[in-house]
Amino acid sequence: MAQHKTAETGSHGHDSHEGHGSLKSYVTGFVLSIVLTIIPLVIVLNDLLNRTATFVVIFVAAVLQLVVQLFFFMHIRETEKPRWNVMGLVLGIIILITVVGGSIWIMEYNKIGY
Amino acid sequence: MAQSVAHKGKHSADHDHGHHDPNELKILGFWFFLISDVILFSVLFATYIVLRQNTAGGPTAEELFEMPGVIAETFILLTSSFTSGLAVLAMNRNQKKQLIGWLIVTALLGAAFIGLEVSEFVNMVNEGATFTTSAFLSAFFTLVGTHGLHVSLGLAWMIGLMIQLGKRGITETTKGKVTVISLYWHFLDVIWIFLLTIVYLMGVM
Repeated sequence: MAQHKTAETGSHGHDSHEGHGSLKSYVTGFVLSIVLTIIPLVIVLNDLLNRTATFVVIFVAAVLQLVVQLFFFMHIRETEKPRWNVMGLVLGIIILITVVGGSIWIMEYNKIGY
Repeated sequence: MAQSVAHKGKHSADHDHGHHDPNELKILGFWFFLISDVILFSVLFATYIVLRQNTAGGPTAEELFEMPGVIAETFILLTSSFTSGLAVLAMNRNQKKQLIGWLIVTALLGAAFIGLEVSEFVNMVNEGATFTTSAFLSAFFTLVGTHGLHVSLGLAWMIGLMIQLGKRGITETTKGKVTVISLYWHFLDVIWIFLLTIVYLMGVM
């Protein structure tokens, strides 16, 4: 703990890169990931909710698990500014939503075509 | 306090580049590769979602998917993502044996994942559900197979890295490589979560 403090108050930057997470953050991320995997499995395999509710819950659980892995495993917060990796990720997600959302939208409203 | 200062001193001795750490740029470059991979997978996901109902008289997702195997694959890959993180922690403590040990555990879990996936594919083909059976199955094998190929390449890469770590130990170069491969491994786990959700869970619900 004391070491962590020195790293933050002392020579900034260098050690925060070196530090890259602790055992605690990995265990937290692992436990959260397991919980976020079990919830959708239980709901789908036991037919606990109706179709729409199931879809919403399993999709939210997947996105939350993405966030957990980004923060606890991939340490997205621990890079130096400017955060080019975050900017690149945002661009990637915009392209992803455009490609996936656009494909679904076009193909659902144009069923005659195929 | 004194101990922590000494510890820090030892670290900067072999790692004293301040803000101009060459690994930082390599890791950023690897991030951009991962983002380009996100775009690759977004196209394959879009194709699968659009074609998933087009079974052309062949088996449907619900008839085909065996959830026990998929659940096992999920937890194996999730655990291997965690153990690759433990490898990075061992590297940060400069413990070469533990680092290689956790990489071996990660690689074994990855190999178990690939083994299960291959047997899943073989079972499907034996049931007559091949790549050419329907548009649904073409999209399915392309999407899930591309992820499996990524894991297989990661395995070969990890074995190469373990050999290099054994020969050269933890150096500035190998440190960057371990960091990058653990990022890659976490990324593959994230892709798998979306495969599980969109392909398997939505297929059987």
